[in-house]
Amino acid sequence: MLNRNEPSNEPDPGDEDITEPDTASCPEACDCCTPDPYRSTAYDGGGTEGESIPQYYDDIPLDEDYLVQVPEIAKLDDESPFVESDAKLKAEMKLKTVTRSMDGDVLIVGAGISGMQAALDIADKGYRVILIDKSSTIGGNMVKLDKTFPTNDCSICTSAPKMVEVSRHPNITLMTYAEIVDLQGDAGDFTAHVYRKTRYVDPDKCTGCDDCAEVCPVDVVSPFEERLARRKAIYIEFPQAVPIVYTIDYENCVGCGYCERVCEPEAISFLEKSEDIEVKIGSVIVATGYELFEPLEMRREYGYGKYPNVITAMQFERLLSSFGPTEGKAKRPSDGESPKSIGWIQCVGSRSKQLGFPYCSRVCCMYATKEASIVKEAEPDTDVTIFYMDLRAYGKDFQQYYDKAQDMGVEYIRARPSSVFQNDDDSITVRYMDTHTREVQDKTFDMLVLSTAIMPSSENKKLGDMLGIDVDENGFFKVESVMDEPIETTREGVFLAGCNQGPKDIPDSVAMASGAAAKAMEAIIDRDQVVPAEKPKEKETKGEKPRIGVVVCHCGKNIHGFLDTVEVADYAKSLPYVEYATDVMFACSEDIQNELRKLIDEQDLNRVIVAACSPVTHGGLFQDTLVEGGLNKYLFEFANIRQHCSWVHSHDREVATEKAKDLVRMAVVKSSLLEPLSQEEVGVIPRVMIIGGGLAGMRAALALDKMNIESVIIEKEDALGGQLSRLHSLFPLDVKTSDIIDPLIEEVKSSDKITVKTATTLKELKGFIGNFEAVLETPGGDENLEFGTAILATGFQEIDLNGRYGYGYSDKVMTQTELEEKIKDGSLERPKNVVMINCAGAMEPERPYCCRIGCGVSIKNAKLIKDAHPDSDIYILYRDIRVFGKDEEEYFTDVIENRRVKIIRYAEDNQPTVEIDETDGSVTVNVYDQVYNKEITLPADLLVLTAETEGCVETEDIMEMFKVPSGAGKFFIEAHAKIRPLDFATDGVYFCGSAHFPKNLADTIAQAEGAASRAAIPIMKGKLTLEGITAEVVPELCSGCKLCITACPFSAIDLNEDGIAVVNAALCKGCGLCNATCRPGAIQQKGFNDHQILSVIKGSMNEVY
Amino acid sequence: MTDEWDPKIIGFLCNWCSYTGADLAGTSRLQYPHNIRIIKVMCSGRVNPQFVLKSFQEGADGVLVSGCHPGDCHYIEGNYHARRKLTLLKDLMDFMGIDDRRFQVSWVSASEGHKFAEVVTKFTDQVKELGPQDKLRSTTDVEGGGK
Repeated sequence: MLNRNEPSNEPDPGDEDITEPDTASCPEACDCCTPDPYRSTAYDGGGTEGESIPQYYDDIPLDEDYLVQVPEIAKLDDESPFVESDAKLKAEMKLKTVTRSMDGDVLIVGAGISGMQAALDIADKGYRVILIDKSSTIGGNMVKLDKTFPTNDCSICTSAPKMVEVSRHPNITLMTYAEIVDLQGDAGDFTAHVYRKTRYVDPDKCTGCDDCAEVCPVDVVSPFEERLARRKAIYIEFPQAVPIVYTIDYENCVGCGYCERVCEPEAISFLEKSEDIEVKIGSVIVATGYELFEPLEMRREYGYGKYPNVITAMQFERLLSSFGPTEGKAKRPSDGESPKSIGWIQCVGSRSKQLGFPYCSRVCCMYATKEASIVKEAEPDTDVTIFYMDLRAYGKDFQQYYDKAQDMGVEYIRARPSSVFQNDDDSITVRYMDTHTREVQDKTFDMLVLSTAIMPSSENKKLGDMLGIDVDENGFFKVESVMDEPIETTREGVFLAGCNQGPKDIPDSVAMASGAAAKAMEAIIDRDQVVPAEKPKEKETKGEKPRIGVVVCHCGKNIHGFLDTVEVADYAKSLPYVEYATDVMFACSEDIQNELRKLIDEQDLNRVIVAACSPVTHGGLFQDTLVEGGLNKYLFEFANIRQHCSWVHSHDREVATEKAKDLVRMAVVKSSLLEPLSQEEVGVIPRVMIIGGGLAGMRAALALDKMNIESVIIEKEDALGGQLSRLHSLFPLDVKTSDIIDPLIEEVKSSDKITVKTATTLKELKGFIGNFEAVLETPGGDENLEFGTAILATGFQEIDLNGRYGYGYSDKVMTQTELEEKIKDGSLERPKNVVMINCAGAMEPERPYCCRIGCGVSIKNAKLIKDAHPDSDIYILYRDIRVFGKDEEEYFTDVIENRRVKIIRYAEDNQPTVEIDETDGSVTVNVYDQVYNKEITLPADLLVLTAETEGCVETEDIMEMFKVPSGAGKFFIEAHAKIRPLDFATDGVYFCGSAHFPKNLADTIAQAEGAASRAAIPIMKGKLTLEGITAEVVPELCSGCKLCITACPFSAIDLNEDGIAVVNAALCKGCGLCNATCRPGAIQQKGFNDHQILSVIKGSMNEVY
Repeated sequence: MTDEWDPKIIGFLCNWCSYTGADLAGTSRLQYPHNIRIIKVMCSGRVNPQFVLKSFQEGADGVLVSGCHPGDCHYIEGNYHARRKLTLLKDLMDFMGIDDRRFQVSWVSASEGHKFAEVVTKFTDQVKELGPQDKLRSTTDVEGGGK
């Protein structure tokens, strides 16, 4: 199997002797995880059972010495020019670089998911973004992951489209392999220097064919593969890398020149120089991400680096990834066997000041749960165990995900293992004390995974010094004010996004990135927007006889190696209406695009077909070329002869060729029936309606104000402030809510761009993105409001405990919010014994989720009482303490250790009970302590219930009117749990704050500013271009039966006064459901109408049609 | 004749899940029988039962419709429409004298390249077992157009 990838001296793609490609692939292979057109032997970790993952630690000694040696990766870094002294670097830069300058509006440093999101948000508003990344590809850490919790979406599948969007966006200048080296000036007028290292490969010429890597004789340990595999000295990091341009790793290149000789497009140039680029911008966003804790010196008791079968969770992600070294199969590094048992140890490097970092790393509980579930799903017999301290399933749908993992058989043991040792068969034994049974036990696994913490990048200090921004005591970038400005750095005009200021999960990072995009707008808002490039005039083709041009792509050997493209092109020529057909090496290359534009003109073509890969990845590229050539983009048709033909029938050249001919014929039939479609444009009313005048709504309005956008806040209560105004102070910084909310209300009221309507609710709504019309119910009667986009910031409420735990039966029993109201107005009398019950009404079948904020609130309120009344005894009864992220863990530890607040853990199936004595009104709580295994009775002067939360009562009406969904606990459901956390599937409607899910102040602000950024995009665009593929009605055929109206999921169809169906093109998404439902065929989906599809069916069968 | 007979199968795939799933089968280099000819529709709910019958009429030996998993539809509920409509059609196949095993509806997501290859392989084998479909195959062109 390995032979197939060996450098061949017979490059003839037509060679009969093509070895069968590897068909073994991961069972969970997903869209973009091409397991490898590019993988070379060196890092083909072996798909065969029983083969070890051999190159694993080849040159990293496995003995104790390794622990004191500089690890391989660090060594590579040490040799990179950036670690050398500044003087030397500068001297070298002068020698080896050319200088040029560039103007932009915002510079974004780091192109992981956060950097990409921020770039798109700004570029979509019409401003110029310069996006740089020090790696040779964009995508960051997210693309390394196999799947993402809690939806198990394939990570690369969701990030790849964003990567492509970034690279194709006309307002984004993307520079990879580049670093920022200097930043001078002030907000609005920065001058930065970017050092773009040469990759010795011309990006315009490189087609990403992998011929160079095949012949490269140098193997390098791959940092992308977490050292589990190797790559060549000329490489792309992974098959879906953007840009797909190879890079010569100068440090490891031996200069043999093999790559240069085999490179057909002559893309390799050893003379290409690095560049020093002077960049003038108005704001800077730093999105440089994080590193993972290396358990080498600290936490060496877990045997990482010493025992081959102890790996980190990120390494395990690479094993699970279908384009990773084992093609998605969990295998033991020592022998390549499938492990029958796997253990995870949590909190490696986190929650310990002595052995790593004091904070909770926020994502590890869930990623370990995810990894364990994936293993369990693929191999149900595998024994999977997670050793945890507190299982922090705090986020939206996290608890349900955790419950599901337990149902699947993932075992959770509450223990922090003390040591780990290796047995003769390379298995690993973990020694731990179960905190429930308090017994020391051993458990043996075939493989052990360490859930290592997110830690600040080691370059933060240096980068911070250069950028003039501070780092905190852990090494993360410091934010201006955690409670006030969680996105701003200590330097004006420089903003943060993602994990470089503390651990975050993907949706929080994406929301923050959108927030940073909003912030970055402030300094550049008065600049002119980019005027979109003038499109060439569209040729009139309606009514013309079809004149089709067909381009058949070889895709190097990817198509031509398995079928005869020349024969396919010749066949295409014989088909009706085909004026021109040709076969080309790479249809997607820049010169072929130019060629195509010329062909359209010279051959007077009015239809184009490309027979190549997939419309999903390349459709947009060719459509753009058509437009540049003066043709309507809907006159393009794709024949997928790679993914749907050459790659899946690679064993039979003749059969594949015949099928490719059929596919081309079908495309010709379709193409001959295509018609140019117009894309209508609609204007956008430049006003945002915000529902909810709490913190989120107000912060969103202020962010919009800074972007010069008008907004109207609708608040149902008589005053602004929302939930926050009921509270006393906030976890974890003990800030008084009044210090936050009062200035905010003042600022909102003094803005001339914000209108506040209190005691007002939404009564009626019609319209769609760009043009909504609402009727508001105000104290002064009904009012009309027109707006372009809407932000829902409706917040949350505590559930009605309905008599549970004695709630409502005694004055001594209250919720946390009620307690805070008492503390706030000073009416709380000195309590002696205080009992708090966490998770009241939470994580039960009716409300299966964790409320995310309750643990923090209870700890903060315990501290408040204790500080006011030091002799009070306070007991917090909890299920898991879920304080996560920076500062929270530290706060918790302080309260427990220094305030002597006692915590008692109870089990899910053995909840505390409350007795209220009818005679004297005394309250007693009985709880079974899970840690000490005994029943405890606590008298309570004050019983505080940390009640479960839910979305606001109005949610249902709003759902109905805006046609947006909500899920568990009436919290709104976002368009995508990971990468579109602030959008709804319905265009033009966004949401933020606790309407999404309860969250702390910093996360709420980040989301609110993010939602403002999202809602500002359509408004700043000024007009919206609608989809061309929509439904249209032939009025003569319509009988007015309304079936289409029932079928349409988007309410895009109505009957006009003549009883005929009419389609609102702005709402129609072009699904074609109406078309399939309409009996007389009166409503037709443009581009997929009945005639077109029926003809293609016919064309698929018959040689001649 | 039977020795040379090679079944013809038409697959209607939705743009968002199954078409991309089929792409993934390709990028994963999975191998499946060549017989299927894929026609892309935006949503499985676009598949009018007429398309299925027309396929048989034009000489298809099997027809596959594939869309997003129930609940995952890009257009919210299109695949529910497909499910309801096509289940009814399947029930009517026997009535028309066609073995209903010639017609299959499967849900394949964008990340299920393996499932796609598996569905196509199994379905092709099944159609092969059933032999050529002659019941609906038209000998003359019913559309009236020139052959």
